[in-house]
Amino acid sequence: MVRQLRRHGPADPLVEELAAALSGDRVRYDSAQRSLMAHDASVFSGGLSGPICYPTSTAEVQSVARIAAAHGRAIVPRGAGTGLAGGAIPLGAPVVVVTTMMTRILEVDLDNRVAWVEPGVINLDLSRQLRPLGFHFAPDPSSQQACTLGGNVATNSGGPHCLAYGVTSQHVLAIDVVLPDGDVVTLGGLEAEPAGYDLRGAFIGSEGTLGIATRIAVRMTPNPPWVRTLLLAFDFIEAAANTVSGVIAAGIVPAAMEVMDRPIVEAVENFVHAGYPTTAAAVLLAEVDGLEGGTAIDAERIAAIGRMHGATSVRVAADEAERERLWKGRKTAFGAVAQIAPSYYLHDAVVPRRALAEVLRSVYEIAEEHDLLVVNVFHAGDGNLHPLLLFDARQSGVMDRVHAAGGEIMRVCLDAGGVLSGEHGIGVEKQEYMSWMFTSDDLDHQNRLRRAFDPSCRANPGKVLPASHSCADIQALRRIPTGVWL
Amino acid sequence: MSDAARPSAGRDGALEDFATEIGDSGAVAVEGGRTRWGLGGALAPGTRLVRAPAGILEHHPEEMTVRVRCGTTVAELHGELGARRQLTALPGRGGTVGGALAVGENDVSVLGRGRVRDAVLQVRYVSAEGRLITGGGPTVKNVTGFDLPRLLVGSLGTLGLIGEVILRTNPVPPASTWLQCPEADPFAVAALVYKASAVLWDGGRTWVHLEGHATDVAANRAALAALGPWTEVAEAPELPPHRWSLQPAQLRTLDRAATGPFVASVAVGTVFATRPQASSELPAGLQALSGRLKKEFDPNGRLSPGRSPMGVTAWT
Repeated sequence: MVRQLRRHGPADPLVEELAAALSGDRVRYDSAQRSLMAHDASVFSGGLSGPICYPTSTAEVQSVARIAAAHGRAIVPRGAGTGLAGGAIPLGAPVVVVTTMMTRILEVDLDNRVAWVEPGVINLDLSRQLRPLGFHFAPDPSSQQACTLGGNVATNSGGPHCLAYGVTSQHVLAIDVVLPDGDVVTLGGLEAEPAGYDLRGAFIGSEGTLGIATRIAVRMTPNPPWVRTLLLAFDFIEAAANTVSGVIAAGIVPAAMEVMDRPIVEAVENFVHAGYPTTAAAVLLAEVDGLEGGTAIDAERIAAIGRMHGATSVRVAADEAERERLWKGRKTAFGAVAQIAPSYYLHDAVVPRRALAEVLRSVYEIAEEHDLLVVNVFHAGDGNLHPLLLFDARQSGVMDRVHAAGGEIMRVCLDAGGVLSGEHGIGVEKQEYMSWMFTSDDLDHQNRLRRAFDPSCRANPGKVLPASHSCADIQALRRIPTGVWL
Repeated sequence: MSDAARPSAGRDGALEDFATEIGDSGAVAVEGGRTRWGLGGALAPGTRLVRAPAGILEHHPEEMTVRVRCGTTVAELHGELGARRQLTALPGRGGTVGGALAVGENDVSVLGRGRVRDAVLQVRYVSAEGRLITGGGPTVKNVTGFDLPRLLVGSLGTLGLIGEVILRTNPVPPASTWLQCPEADPFAVAALVYKASAVLWDGGRTWVHLEGHATDVAANRAALAALGPWTEVAEAPELPPHRWSLQPAQLRTLDRAATGPFVASVAVGTVFATRPQASSELPAGLQALSGRLKKEFDPNGRLSPGRSPMGVTAWT
C-alpha cells in the first residue's frame, strides 16, 4: 500500500525531475502506460518500463538523458513501436523516450535536396509531403504508414524499393544525436564528403544503443518520370526466385522485385482484391522506373526472362490505379495472414540471390518438421527473405516450436552465405545468434564502437550484442533495479 | 563452434600473413599506390610500411558483389569487372582498392556510380592488436549488428588496416556520353536531367555525363537542347588538384578568389580547385567522440600515427 502511494507521490525524484524538465502531462508513470511500453510489435516483452517521457525538442531529450544519467538509469528511445526484433522493449526499467511528439518537418531544402525532419515524423507522411515538390523518401518499409523516421534510422530500414535505391543509410546525410551522457553532436553533414569518421554511418542501424536521433537530414529522391509494374505468375516458387537472379545477371537493376507464395496471395486477394492470380504457386511483382524508353526496354526484358524461367502469365499494370492495387496487395500481406492463423512470427534474413530457391525449400521443410504453417513474402531482388510462421498462440508449447524453427531457418540462411537480418535488426530477437555469424574478436570490435558512444552502457542496454560481448549485464537487466517503485 | 568455423572467419592465408606482418606492436601503416599519400597528415617518422595482399577472389555478377583483396589496383579490379559489364563506385583515379577505401573519395560521376561509403558490404581488417576482424556481411542488404564497414571507409587507416572487402557492383550502363555547353546554367541542367551521372561546371562551361539506355541518353540530350548548344566530348574535363567539400547549395555563391580556377560537381558539392580549402576544426563534441573511438580501436596509437581524418591535431 505504501508503495502504491509513493508511486504517485513526491517520493520519486526521478519522475519529479523529468516532469519539471518537460511538463507533468508529458511524463507518464501510470501502470497502464508502463505496461503498454513493455511491448513493441515483436513477441518479446521487457517487463515494466520506468518513467515514459514525450519530449518535443532536442533540448528536452538532452534534459531527459542528463537526468536519467544522474539517477544511474538507462534510456530507451522509442518511435511508433513497430519494430519486430524487440529493440524498443524496456530492460531494467529504463526511462523511455518516446519521439512521437517530435513530428515536424523542419526544413525542405530544395537546393541541397535535403529535408530536415524530427524523429517522430511518419515515413509515409514524409513522402506524401515531398511528392508535390517532385520528391520522396526512398526507403518504404511495409510498416511505412506507422513507422517513424527515428525508427528507420535505428534499424537502417529498407523496404521493397531498396533494391535500386538503397537502405536508410544511403538516404540520411546528417543526424543530430543526443548522446547517452546528454551531449549533443551532429553526425555527418550536407557536404559532399564530410570530414572525420563516418559516425553517421556507424549510428544508423545501431538500434538506439548509441544515443537518440533528434533531427535527421534525409535525402529527397526525385520522383521517377515513368514507372512500369509487372506481375509474373509461376507454377513453382523456385522459378520466381531464378527469374530474379536472371534479371540481375542480365544487368537490370529494377526498382523492386517482390515474391509472394500462393497461400499469402490467396489471403491478400480475399483481403484487398488486388487482382493477383490465386492459382499460381508464386507471383513476382517487379517494378522498373526511370525514363519512358528505358523502362519499356527493361520491362520487356524482365518479361522475357520470366517466360524463359516458365512464367505462366505476365501482366503489366495498365494504369496508376492498377499499380496501386498491386502494391497495396503486397504491402498489406502481413495483415492479410490473419485469415490463415491468429498469430504470425515474421522472420528476416538475407541470402545470396543464387541460394534463394534452395533456402526456400529448406524453409518449407523446417516449418513442416515443426508442424507449423509457413508463408513467404519477400524482397527477392536483394535476397531478403521474410518467412512468416503462422500459429495459434493458444496452443500449448507452440512458441517453443516457433522459436526452434526460427533458429533453424537462421542457420540455413547463414550456411547459404547469408546474414541474420536485412532490415529488422537484431534487438533481443537475434542477439544470441550473433556469435553464429561473428567471431569473438568481431563482436569485441562492435562493442568498442558501442563503448565510444556510450561508455557507461546507458542507451538501450541489453540489445544487439550477445550477453558475452555486451557492456550490459543482461541478467541484471531482467531484474528490477533498486529504487524503482512498483 | 570454434571461431574458425564461423562464416565471418573464412580462412585466407594471405590475410593471415598480412595480420602477422602487422603484428601487435610498433607504429605501422599500409602503403598502396601513394596517389593520395599526404591526406590527413604526414606519417610519424619511423612508421613501418606494409602492403595489403592483392587479388580478386570472387565476382558474382548475379549477386552484384565482388570480393577483392585491398592491394589490388582499382584499374585491375575495374578491368576484370568490366569484362562482365560491371563496375564499382570506387573512383578511377589510380591507386589501390584499400587506398581508395581508406580515403573514401567518390568518383567524379558519383551521382551515377553511388558513394564509396555505400559500396562496402563487408570489410576484413587487422586490428591494432594484430587480430583479423570482420565487419558487415556478404549480401547486398544487411543490418546484422554495428556497421563497422561504414566506420572504416575514410578512416585513413587509423582504426584498422583493411585487407579484404566485399563491394557492391553495378551494371555498366549500355550507353554513356559526356556533353559540353558554353552557356547552360548548370543548376538548371541538374534540375532538368533525371539521374545525370555528373554535372560539372567551371564557372562558364557546363559538362553533363549521361548514362543509361541509349534511348534515355538521347531523350535527355534532346531535352538539354532547350538550355543551350551542346557538343559531345570524349571525357570529363581535367580536374584541378585540390578537393573542396561543400554543400551543393554553396556552389551558387562559390568564392572563386579562394578556389582559383575550378571545376565544381553540381548537386554534389565537390569542388576541384586550384588552391586548397582552408581547414576547419570539427566541433569539440565530435572531436571528443572521435577521440574516444580512436582510443577504443587503437589504444596505443600505433595505426597510421600522424594521420587523422579530421586533421593532424585531432588527437591532442
